[in-house]
Amino acid sequence: MADTDRNPWRRFLALPNESRTKTLAMAFMVSAACALMVSGATVLLRPIQAANRAAEEQARIESLVRGVPGMADLLEQSGGSLSTVVIALEDGRAAEDATAATLDATLADTQNWTTLEQGADLAGLGQRPDYAQIFLLRQGEAISLVLLPMTGQGYGGRIDAILAIESDMNTVAGIAITQHSETPGLGGRIEDPSWQASFPGTQLHDDAGNLRFATARGEASGIHQVDGITGATRTTRGISNMVNFWLGPDGYGPLLRAIERGEF
Amino acid sequence: MAKRADILATLTAPLIRQNPVTLQILGICSALAVTTSLATAVTMSVSLTVVLTLSAVIISLIRRHLPDTIRLIVQIVIVASLVIVIDQILQAYLAEISRALSIYVSLITTNCLVLGRTEAFARHNPPLPAAVDAFGNGVGYSVILIVLGGIRELFGRGQLFGWQVLPLADAGGWFTPLSLMLLAPSAFFLLGGVVWAVRSLLPEQAEAPEHVPPTTVRAAE
Repeated sequence: MADTDRNPWRRFLALPNESRTKTLAMAFMVSAACALMVSGATVLLRPIQAANRAAEEQARIESLVRGVPGMADLLEQSGGSLSTVVIALEDGRAAEDATAATLDATLADTQNWTTLEQGADLAGLGQRPDYAQIFLLRQGEAISLVLLPMTGQGYGGRIDAILAIESDMNTVAGIAITQHSETPGLGGRIEDPSWQASFPGTQLHDDAGNLRFATARGEASGIHQVDGITGATRTTRGISNMVNFWLGPDGYGPLLRAIERGEF
Repeated sequence: MAKRADILATLTAPLIRQNPVTLQILGICSALAVTTSLATAVTMSVSLTVVLTLSAVIISLIRRHLPDTIRLIVQIVIVASLVIVIDQILQAYLAEISRALSIYVSLITTNCLVLGRTEAFARHNPPLPAAVDAFGNGVGYSVILIVLGGIRELFGRGQLFGWQVLPLADAGGWFTPLSLMLLAPSAFFLLGGVVWAVRSLLPEQAEAPEHVPPTTVRAAE
């Protein structure tokens, strides 16, 4: 059987199991076959898994936004499907180098924050992130609602809120306060639905396109104002400053114009 | 004919008589962790049976050329690769259940049952008996998992496969769920109960006591 002996594969298999060559070769072949199997499965199934993860992410966002008091009803009324996008605040376009998944990591890097100059820093933040995650409610292709997360300085500390703006980028649809540490009963009333009820319908800009949003002293007078809270002047001023900063040129201003141009 | 009987015996032995979980107490960590509901128990059972059968066949195929020095590593590599593939498939097609099973699918790799069967049986037998033995053991494991999962879901939530079987007291029925059933200790109790029941029916499974107390008791001097 000289014939079989010349076949290297047969010769290899005929080696004693304990020979070093065979041990190494077996180890190599098993690893290669397993590597092929695992990478094959991963590569083939990745698109389906990515779709699953996207659906999960979508559900998570939806529950996040619906969990915010006051937002659920708003979304109910407006209908449509919710999507999220990370934008670069500088130019108001969708961020190229950050996604919702990597946003936290991106913002942990101080390089991705911009220090604000004294005059421009209406909300008293000191610095603002270069990227922000916003939520868009769409009906078909058209945007029906934009949800903008914002942060400001109140009397007791930071105030986090989500401001909802209608498709004309001018009418406020509502506000939700997600986090604050204002005095209960005074500034803390920003949580009250009765106070938040004065937001819907408020116009942000005048006919010339200037930002005119303000909190009134007491009752709102005029379409650009919302009610003030008696005894919580600094809290209400904080809210006003927050909205004015975030809708201004250093905040979502470029984004609002980009949406008006139909870029989203 | 004798051969067929052999194969049938290989297949049925692990179901109750040689059940890997109740007799050999193998693979119980996963049996305890994933049996809070029937759906996860069934998914886990299917995954384990598939991994076990495939790895037994592969190892049985290369059994004559498996160097003794690295045989355990080779077996583990094969099992682990199969487990990763199964895990990827679950993540793709059964995302919900895959999340519920979390790490336990990956932990099939370290399930003593898998390595136990490949090491003890597949390494010495041709592919067909190896596959049958592995499948039988997988089914034996599955039976216990499904029994435990069924009992725990039924009494913990009043459901089976997510269907409300017993009307809950909250919803106007009469059944108050036993939350203990959803916690890990209940799996121990139930598994202990199952082992006891099996050994009472099949006394030959009971282990000899390790210590026999003396029949006559004398006071120490």
